[in-house]
Amino acid sequence: MTTQLVTAEPDLAPPAKKQRRMKSSYPYIFYLPAGVIYAIFFLVPTLTSLYFSLTRWTLFDQQFIGFDNFVQFFKEPALVRGFINTFLYAFITSGAKVVLGLLFGVLLSSQIIARGYLRSAIFFPVMVSVIGIGITWKALMDPTDGLINQVLSVFGIDGPGWLTNPALALFSVAMVDIWAGVGLATLIYIAGITSIPQDTYEAAAVDGVNAWQKFWKIIVPLVRPATASVVLFSLIGGLRTFDLIWTMTKGGPGFTSDVLSSVIYKQYQAGFFGLSTAGSVVLIVVIFVLVTPLTAWLNRGDKDR
Amino acid sequence: MTTTTHNPVRRWAGGIVAIIIVTLIFIIPFIFIFLTASKNKTEAAERLFTWPTEWKIVDNFIEVIERGNYLLPRAFLNSLILTVCAVALITVLSAMVGYVLQRRRSGWNKLVNFFVLAGLIIPAAVVPTIWVLQGVGLFKTMPGLILVHVAFGLPFCVLLFTAFMTTIPRDLDEAAIIDGAGPFNLFFRVIFPLLRPVTVTIVVVQSVFVFNNFDFALYFLPGDENATVQLTLYNYQAQSVSAWNLLFMCVLVITIPLLIMYIIFNRQIVAGMTAGAVKG
Repeated sequence: MTTQLVTAEPDLAPPAKKQRRMKSSYPYIFYLPAGVIYAIFFLVPTLTSLYFSLTRWTLFDQQFIGFDNFVQFFKEPALVRGFINTFLYAFITSGAKVVLGLLFGVLLSSQIIARGYLRSAIFFPVMVSVIGIGITWKALMDPTDGLINQVLSVFGIDGPGWLTNPALALFSVAMVDIWAGVGLATLIYIAGITSIPQDTYEAAAVDGVNAWQKFWKIIVPLVRPATASVVLFSLIGGLRTFDLIWTMTKGGPGFTSDVLSSVIYKQYQAGFFGLSTAGSVVLIVVIFVLVTPLTAWLNRGDKDR
Repeated sequence: MTTTTHNPVRRWAGGIVAIIIVTLIFIIPFIFIFLTASKNKTEAAERLFTWPTEWKIVDNFIEVIERGNYLLPRAFLNSLILTVCAVALITVLSAMVGYVLQRRRSGWNKLVNFFVLAGLIIPAAVVPTIWVLQGVGLFKTMPGLILVHVAFGLPFCVLLFTAFMTTIPRDLDEAAIIDGAGPFNLFFRVIFPLLRPVTVTIVVVQSVFVFNNFDFALYFLPGDENATVQLTLYNYQAQSVSAWNLLFMCVLVITIPLLIMYIIFNRQIVAGMTAGAVKG
């Protein structure tokens, strides 16, 4: 991280006195309490999950069955659906958060009136518990009584069963996720846009650049670090999503809005611990495989600058 | 900033359109919560966006508080204990790590940095974590839940503390060392107080995360005993669908502390959440 900034201490054979002082002032023992808790409650479960995913497991005894759990995972339609839905959900929510966050960010860093109100209103849902949000939107999306369909019926539109229609449920939950998370994306973009030097705009104005060109040729390229943050946090969040889906649909109707996390929890509840853990391993692998190269790619320009 | 908005007419017209749209999309759901929480049972059951014919907000509040032998106040107490313990541990322990990590260059740094990144992106493996908790006798206990929160909260805070440590001049360390300060005095009396700005941010943001957390409580501390507020709210909606006014009063009661936090700590929350955008 930031260690490069530390004044270089000679690695080899430093003066004995200095070495002793270094040791006593920044002792490794400070790593110990955090390290122990991290090791027991994060490292051990994560590493042992690799083994338990290869077993038929009841917490009391386990039987090694090789890759059977993974085979089952990619064979059973309900589980495959959860796998695919995870990607759909993550891509939709992160794509929308980038686009809407950038648009709101541009709007809210302009000289618009009531900027403070608009920022607060868009950001506040980020603070609210996902369970509260899920309960509220479930009521608003009710097929007959819900506010959304009531409003639509005023315009003569017969609103769909947002959460009861199997083809729609996952997207409805994704919409609520976007509603709840776009505020954070907006804030990140506002920070990115305000850090663009004013001279850039002035130079552009001299060159007679119009608003459209300014957006595509100046703002979009220069807020790349903000875009990288938004993509990463919403993609990781989207792939891991559980709370909102569990509150709003429990993966239903049927298993049409299941994602990996809800599958993991359902299999655990049903007592298939090995299969559930295989799900955890699949989720970890998916996140790693998507996020690691993406991080490298999104940060590629940083070293040139 | 954008050229189009220098024009005052467009500035106002655009602003008014934005206010209307944002209010419709982002504020109406909260007004809906408030209105439904203020209605009587029959009216709330219709779940319409209407003004209540009679205001039951105080009655509903009292009923929600007293319900199930004061279940909700007890849940608040549990959440408070969880949040205070977890955030205190996360803050102190991650500050200690950040301090050594930034000041001392060694072969450990690479490993610690790797663990920090791994902790930021890897989700909890549910059943193996339960297995570990059972192994140490902490499954379905508050200390167990606290420790899991600490393990998953550390990486993000280590990142923030390490970054902030670079702004504290090493001369201070040197001066304190010459004055004979040992590592504990140097850290707790000299360095830790200077980390205050980032500590406040971390405390506020982590409190919001821990207080709002649902899945860890569901996995590792299920059931009604010692339930956190989020779990209580979830159990409530799963059990009874008839008393919508009380359900939404519950949502309202749980949301208000966050609204107050947001008003008081707006700056820290914005700083912490934007800095911690990598956290999922």
